[in-house]
Amino acid sequence: MNVDWNFIINSLPLYKEAIWITLQLAFWGILLSIAIGLVCSVILYFKVKGLESIVRVYIEVSRNTPLLIQIFFLYFGFPKLGLTMSASTCAIIGLSFLGGSYMSEAFRSGIESVSKSQIESGLSIGLSNVQLARYVVIPQAFSVSVPSLGANCIFLLKETSILGAISILDVMNVTKDLIGMYYKTFESLVMLVVVYIILLLPLSILLTWLEKRVRYAEFGN
Amino acid sequence: MQNLGINAIFEGRNFQRLFEGLVITIEIAFISIIIASLLGIAIGLSRTTKSKPLLIINRVYLEFFRIIPTLVWLFIFYFGVTTALNVDLSGEVVAIIVFSLWGAAEMGDIVRGALQSLPKHQLESGKALGLSHFQLYRYVLIPQAIRRTLPGTINLATRMIKTTSLVVLIGVIDVVKIGQQIIETSRFEFPSASFWVYGFIFILYFIICYPLSQISKKLELKWNS
Amino acid sequence: MKNNNSITLLQIEDIHKEFDDLEILKGVSLSLHKGEVLVVLGPSGCGKSTLLRCINGLEKIQSGDIKFKDKSLTHKNTDWQEVREKIGMVFQNYDLFPHMTVIENILLGPLKVQKRDKTEAMTQAEELLNRVGLLDRKDSYPRQLSGGQKQRIAIVRALCMNPEIILFDEVTASLDPEVVREVLDVILGLAKQGMTMVIVTHEMGFAHSVADRIVFMDEGKICETADPDTFFTSPTTERAQHFLNIFQY
Repeated sequence: MNVDWNFIINSLPLYKEAIWITLQLAFWGILLSIAIGLVCSVILYFKVKGLESIVRVYIEVSRNTPLLIQIFFLYFGFPKLGLTMSASTCAIIGLSFLGGSYMSEAFRSGIESVSKSQIESGLSIGLSNVQLARYVVIPQAFSVSVPSLGANCIFLLKETSILGAISILDVMNVTKDLIGMYYKTFESLVMLVVVYIILLLPLSILLTWLEKRVRYAEFGN
Repeated sequence: MQNLGINAIFEGRNFQRLFEGLVITIEIAFISIIIASLLGIAIGLSRTTKSKPLLIINRVYLEFFRIIPTLVWLFIFYFGVTTALNVDLSGEVVAIIVFSLWGAAEMGDIVRGALQSLPKHQLESGKALGLSHFQLYRYVLIPQAIRRTLPGTINLATRMIKTTSLVVLIGVIDVVKIGQQIIETSRFEFPSASFWVYGFIFILYFIICYPLSQISKKLELKWNS
Repeated sequence: MKNNNSITLLQIEDIHKEFDDLEILKGVSLSLHKGEVLVVLGPSGCGKSTLLRCINGLEKIQSGDIKFKDKSLTHKNTDWQEVREKIGMVFQNYDLFPHMTVIENILLGPLKVQKRDKTEAMTQAEELLNRVGLLDRKDSYPRQLSGGQKQRIAIVRALCMNPEIILFDEVTASLDPEVVREVLDVILGLAKQGMTMVIVTHEMGFAHSVADRIVFMDEGKICETADPDTFFTSPTTERAQHFLNIFQY
């Protein structure tokens, strides 16, 4: 099999550009997802009237529909309502919309893992609700949430692969273009796979390490 | 009222065509799930072997499908494998192959997790009662293993159905593609069709996936207590 | 021991409490004087833990009144945080905060709730730890301690808030028999120093030595009240007699 190394080297700048775009979108998507997730989990925990049902509906809708349709809807559908957004904006909104509900689940499972008796224990030394959250609940909830939060970040990074469908110049589109223009199918696909391995493998290993660290701090083994 | 975009859906044969597309989507998912389940059970059982090389292959296989996004796999098979082997595979076949492999990897993990989580003392009490190996499997292990895998399996099925939306990107004429065709042809008559058509597809996916996720939740609750 | 100290700290008047249509407390009244040690006995499900939890507001009552130093606690505006600084509670499962060291657990209330000076609080904490013999464990984490040690720390944590009343809810029920004694000795020590306490327990011998008054509950009501000698040797009600028989072999 002849591998056209020149081609690979020449295409590197294109891929670098595309990786950068992907990372930026993923970054903002993840950040907003975490923010949305936090807010939602707090609303669910305190059972805020009115908002609670809205959040529940949001979670069910975002988890049971594909991201592709969500961003098609945003990118092609919304302009008809008079709201035109750039592809990047749609991408970030789509990622946060989907990611928010996943993050909220991660936070929720962490919060619920703190037993009722821990809360009562805190109450009986006179802690206020805010102090309870700060000193008792959040530190303990955090270590339980970390694995899920990390897994969600990896998930969102993977989902960026579909953003090419709304003309974002990400690695998928670069690969498709290269195959279409130069017929260097093998080289392009190899680069594509390598890119994703480089992006995701370190993150996956980092997550495993983080999980172990957090579990050690909590349980000492 | 005439030009209200939503009517694009009901114009002519559009509605039927959308449903035909949906059928293709569900077909792909369904066939893949079945193949994935069968393969997955085999893989999951094989994970209990002591053979080191087999375990490593299994692990690498699972990690590959976990790290590389599904769309990339679709590309690899659609563009790569077809060129390399000089075969002409349709988008549907590629989709089924990729989804089955992906599904099998995940199912294998689910099955392995379920088998490992079975309490050992059940085996011991079963043996103490004099049950044969076969009876142990039939009456004690397998019913419990099924319970532990079912929510995960349904969850995987739901994810697979959502992921089938991607096959439009490798040229399959599924519900999304047909939706796009409708939007294209309705450009003049119903300019706002894209909103309604994508909205409709959105709702279709929800109608399929939501009941599944509810069933999965109920099963989990019922069997976890 | 101290019945002539007539300051009534706690007045419970005919309280009713229900859970999901099941009435747990069916009209309980009692009063607690400063320096007094009350022990509440009774079969499982009689409502003794619930009674304790109503006193510090972990459970809400449906009717009746609870007065702490003549101030009603059943108002909507009751600041339970403030009440809980004065009425401490120790639980059956100690519930120390696992992510904090012993000393951090103890100082959390004094520093963050009562906003006391750090040196002063630390001095008191160390003195109390020393009294229960655990000063050398002040930087350990709960997971490194035995059940008996954790429970003694839980008591110190409650004491460091300088409460006026401490409630003990079956604090030795989860402990191995060998360590039960070390915890009960701490409580006996507190009684000698004049701490006002309400104790729910199954340890009959302990109840006899520590109590100033025994309150026997059954099916959500107070059945009999007596001083310990009378109660354990010649209880007046049949239900009390039946209950005490369970503990004789």
